[in-house]
Amino acid sequence: MNAGIPIQYFLILAAIMFFTGIYGFLTRRNLITILMSVELILNSVNINFLAFNRYLYPHKLDGMFFSLFIIAVAAAEAAVAISIIINIYRRFTTINVEDVDEMKY
Amino acid sequence: MDILTQFVVIPLLTITGIILVKDTRQVKMVSAIGMGLQLIMAGILLFLYVSARRAGNSAEMLFVKDIVWFKSLNIHYTVGVDGISVAMICLTSLVVFAGIFASWEVDFLRKEFFVSLILLATGVFGFFISIDLFTMFLFYELAVIPMYLLIGIWGSGPKEYAAMKLTLMLMGASALILVGILGIYFNSAPAGGQLTFNILDISKVKIPMSAQYLFFPLTFVGFGVLGALFPFHTWSPDGHSSAPTAVSMLHAGVLMKLGGYGAFRVAIFLMPEAVKELSWIFIILTSVSVIYGAFGAIVQKDLKYINAYSSVSHCGLVLFAILMLNQTAMTGAIIQMISHGLMTALFFALIGMIYGRTHTRMINEMGGLMKVIPFLSVCYVIAGLASLGLPGFSGFVAEMTIFVGAFQHPEIFYRVVTVIAASSIVITAVYILRVVAILLLGPATNEHFDHFTDAKWFEKVSVITLICFIALIGLAPFWLSSMIGSSLQPIMNKILALNPF
Amino acid sequence: MINLGYTIWIPLLPFLMFLLLGLAGHKLKHKLSGLLGTGGLAIITVLSYITAYKYFFTSEKIDGAYQKITAFNITWLQFTDKLHIDLGVLLDPISVMMLIVITTVSFMVHIYSLGYMKGEKGFERYFAFLSLFSFSMLGLVLATNIFQMYIFWELVGVSSYLLIGFYYQKPSAVSASKKAFIVTRFADLGFLIGILLLSFNTKTFDFITLTDPTGTAIAQGSGIVFMGLSVMTWSMIFVFMGGIGKSAMFPFHIWLPDAMEGPTPVSALIHAATMVVAGVYLIARMFPIYTFSAPVALEVVAYVGAFSSLFAAIIACTQTDIKRVLAYSTISQIGYMLLALGVSGYGGYEGLGYMASMFHLFAHAMFKALLFLGAGAIIHAVHSNYMTDMGGLRKYLPVTHMTFLIACLTIAGIPPLSGFFSKDEILAAALHSNKLLFAVEYAVAGLTAFYMFRIYFSIFWGKETQYHETPHEAPPTMTIPLIVLAIGSALSGLIPFNELVTSDGKAFESEIELLVAIPSVLIGLLGIGIAYVMYRKETTIPEKLAATFKYSYKWAYNKFYMDELYLFVTKKIIFKHISEPVAWFDRHIVDGTMNAIAYVTQSVSFRIRGLQSGQLQKYAYVFFTGAILLAILFIYLWK
Repeated sequence: MNAGIPIQYFLILAAIMFFTGIYGFLTRRNLITILMSVELILNSVNINFLAFNRYLYPHKLDGMFFSLFIIAVAAAEAAVAISIIINIYRRFTTINVEDVDEMKY
Repeated sequence: MDILTQFVVIPLLTITGIILVKDTRQVKMVSAIGMGLQLIMAGILLFLYVSARRAGNSAEMLFVKDIVWFKSLNIHYTVGVDGISVAMICLTSLVVFAGIFASWEVDFLRKEFFVSLILLATGVFGFFISIDLFTMFLFYELAVIPMYLLIGIWGSGPKEYAAMKLTLMLMGASALILVGILGIYFNSAPAGGQLTFNILDISKVKIPMSAQYLFFPLTFVGFGVLGALFPFHTWSPDGHSSAPTAVSMLHAGVLMKLGGYGAFRVAIFLMPEAVKELSWIFIILTSVSVIYGAFGAIVQKDLKYINAYSSVSHCGLVLFAILMLNQTAMTGAIIQMISHGLMTALFFALIGMIYGRTHTRMINEMGGLMKVIPFLSVCYVIAGLASLGLPGFSGFVAEMTIFVGAFQHPEIFYRVVTVIAASSIVITAVYILRVVAILLLGPATNEHFDHFTDAKWFEKVSVITLICFIALIGLAPFWLSSMIGSSLQPIMNKILALNPF
Repeated sequence: MINLGYTIWIPLLPFLMFLLLGLAGHKLKHKLSGLLGTGGLAIITVLSYITAYKYFFTSEKIDGAYQKITAFNITWLQFTDKLHIDLGVLLDPISVMMLIVITTVSFMVHIYSLGYMKGEKGFERYFAFLSLFSFSMLGLVLATNIFQMYIFWELVGVSSYLLIGFYYQKPSAVSASKKAFIVTRFADLGFLIGILLLSFNTKTFDFITLTDPTGTAIAQGSGIVFMGLSVMTWSMIFVFMGGIGKSAMFPFHIWLPDAMEGPTPVSALIHAATMVVAGVYLIARMFPIYTFSAPVALEVVAYVGAFSSLFAAIIACTQTDIKRVLAYSTISQIGYMLLALGVSGYGGYEGLGYMASMFHLFAHAMFKALLFLGAGAIIHAVHSNYMTDMGGLRKYLPVTHMTFLIACLTIAGIPPLSGFFSKDEILAAALHSNKLLFAVEYAVAGLTAFYMFRIYFSIFWGKETQYHETPHEAPPTMTIPLIVLAIGSALSGLIPFNELVTSDGKAFESEIELLVAIPSVLIGLLGIGIAYVMYRKETTIPEKLAATFKYSYKWAYNKFYMDELYLFVTKKIIFKHISEPVAWFDRHIVDGTMNAIAYVTQSVSFRIRGLQSGQLQKYAYVFFTGAILLAILFIYLWK
């Protein structure tokens, strides 16, 4: 069944997605892009969960459930985040994170 | 509900009442009624206590009530009183009652003011009735926090600075106390068994000496900060001078007594062996407080600073006396707490009233007030005479009991220190008479003062209540002295059994 | 046993009167409050005389000695099993004698004040304070134990404070009252220390136990020696320090002349007749301890007394304020009494000094009160305290003149007035024990006669001063007390003190020793004669003399600069070099440390707050770096 693809493939894919997400999160200035990066990170985690679940504990479903939860939470989070972003846009007329630094000191 | 818990419940109900009423004018009526009720309750408690003792109830604590509220750490809500706590409760209810009338004219955020004031009182009452260390500490914190708001919002002068300083120093002290209490807790069962916070249970075991050496200084200094122990007294002048009248009264009159009471109940009572070994250090510090505070008061120009330093001196005497481990001196210490509480509350009330008229507290800007406001001035003279230890007022009784008691100490060092501390009575006379002479006597210097009105009815209520009790203790001290003395008996027996002199 | 329980009302009645006048006085009419105060005192005066009669003539003597009777006693404050303060009434010869002195003088002063203070603002306050004083003074002399004495000792101090500062709008009165209180308070500290030492060694406060010559208490503590003197001696010296303060002996005498700022009747009552002799009374009360356990302390008493009496007499010769002359004269006379106690022994003729001292106390109370009240009448008439403003007053004030003359003759020791007898016995006692002290006192006797007649001649004879308004004699309320006291001071020499008031309560034989009496009368007459030459008419002799002894005159005129010395100690040393540094230290070092801790915390947090930039991505960057570092740490470095 899983003779074809070794687990490393999944892990490498997840790592690439994760670091792409991190890279985007750290360097992008646009809030929407940052949000997308966060989604990438979450999905990379999802891939890891599923891969480990399948390869290490094939008779359990915990990893699956976690992924489903993460998808649901990510959806909710995206909704909240976008509403925050809209509010920020209304308040600052920009969604550039560097301009939104009221929370300092 | 048992009678002691009512001392916490009545203030809380009063607070609820204050929040519920719409008209801010009713606020002070509600507060006055609530605290009046509390005063009556204190009277009833005193009566019940005395009659129970007359009936031969010789338990260490009376009216004990015990409720577990945090099982895994064995924290209880345990209340109980002996003669000392009854006396302190009576003092507190008197001062709070007088304080309500002294702040009759607070207008700014009146509701919030009275809520904070009574919350503070709740903490103090809770502290005095608790015999569980943790609950005691909890009430202690409850008393300290409203102080910050009261000074920071309704104060005068550099009020934010003063409020911050006071709260930070007291919080630092409570950190020490907390460590001390936990240290006691973890050593409360040296032979194995259930650890406990209950003071009575702990007092029956001997805490290991190594722990005592560590935790006695912590708790004593922790409570000592509140009792204005040199060199941790500097919150007192700033805090008192910025606080509004009623808060100064409560603070100097009652809150500083938490320090003396706590040091006595926790540090001395639970760890007498360490006291015996280490007391010389603190005896020196406290006698420095006594003399130093008095000298500091001589040259001050602000009335409240004078009183703050005077409080340092008088409260130093309290800590000095409890360290003597001697029944007479300790009785004196408790009487001194009550006496100083009443006197200093009276002083601060009068200063507030004078300030309300002259809008200055600098003595060199005033003069000849005796002619303008005779009632307040006469009361000020009475407070001054009481403070310098005139026979017939409570201060004399307290100081003489302390000096005679402390002088019975068998070691010469303690007797010499007693003589040094006794010399403060002269210095006290100097600064009191200096203020009286500059402020009240002499020709009237300022024609703006001529139109002043003398005390209003609520001011008279506040002042006369306090004077009556000062004179009552001063004229008939035997009942108070014997009530406190008999309560000290079990404590002294324990101390003497552990270290025979 | 006679029933003397009612004597508790003697101190209590003035106290009740004080409360009444103090609390409700401002609502009463002036006249009513004055009459209430005086009436109360009249009652206790009668009670005191009855008590004296009962005590001296009907009480049972044991072994020929008057007994000490505790007429009333309650425990007021319990310290330990043995130490407790009692309040009570102790009757023995000296306390009964003091009852007579206090009530008589106080009653006269009350009557006198009705006239003298008429129309003054604060009339009822004045009478309230007088009642307070009478209460405290009576409580003091009737004390059953040393702590009760200390309590009332403080209370007389405060009533003195209140009465000196009666004219509270006058700055000089305010500072005089303050000075009186603080100086005596300082001395009282010594008294307190003495009490503490005494009670530590003997474990009792009770006078009867303490002063029982055969008891155990008196022998306690003699074994413990500190700096060559036994603990008992030290404690008695400390106790005497309280006496020095209250009786205005050198070096604590400086408050008494200033205390003359108070109303003159007050000076007569408190600062001449009663309160200032409390020190003498104290020594007399504890006399057995002094003689048996602390003879060195008794010597201290004698020398302090002798020195003060000489010192004050010299100053008195140069002052021009008549009340101040009288004040220094009081110091000098009290010095006499202390000296007499100091040279006295115990029992029989040995106790001559003790008896003489009490005798002189009694006589002095009468004639000094008379002098002050007379001075009050004079001041009342001419509105000045200075004898330079007076002269030739004998025509205007005949009654005052006659009574003043009697008082002056009494104090000068002219027979057969009372001063002659008492002074003669003091000199005799001194002669038998210490020749040096005798010589000093003999000289003082001459000086006394000189300065008293100096003011007498300056006031009533001397130059013919022109007055703005013709001085007139005082009203009868003022002259009647003068006459009564004049009779008292003239005749009290006839009281057989050697049978009534003696050191051990037993009567002993004493008679006038001509060897002492004749020279002492002669030197008195010499003093009067010199004063007559110098001041009878206006002459230039005083100025010439002053110019000849320029420096010594200047020193004496400036009271040997004692006031300046005190001012230096208080202002320069206590205020400037102790209190201000303490206040500075407190604000800058102790408080500064606290503020420094706060400052350091704050500045550190200012430095590191830049980390909180508000840039979300920076936080994430730091977080991520940290996570990686931790991962490396855990994977590779954690073994």
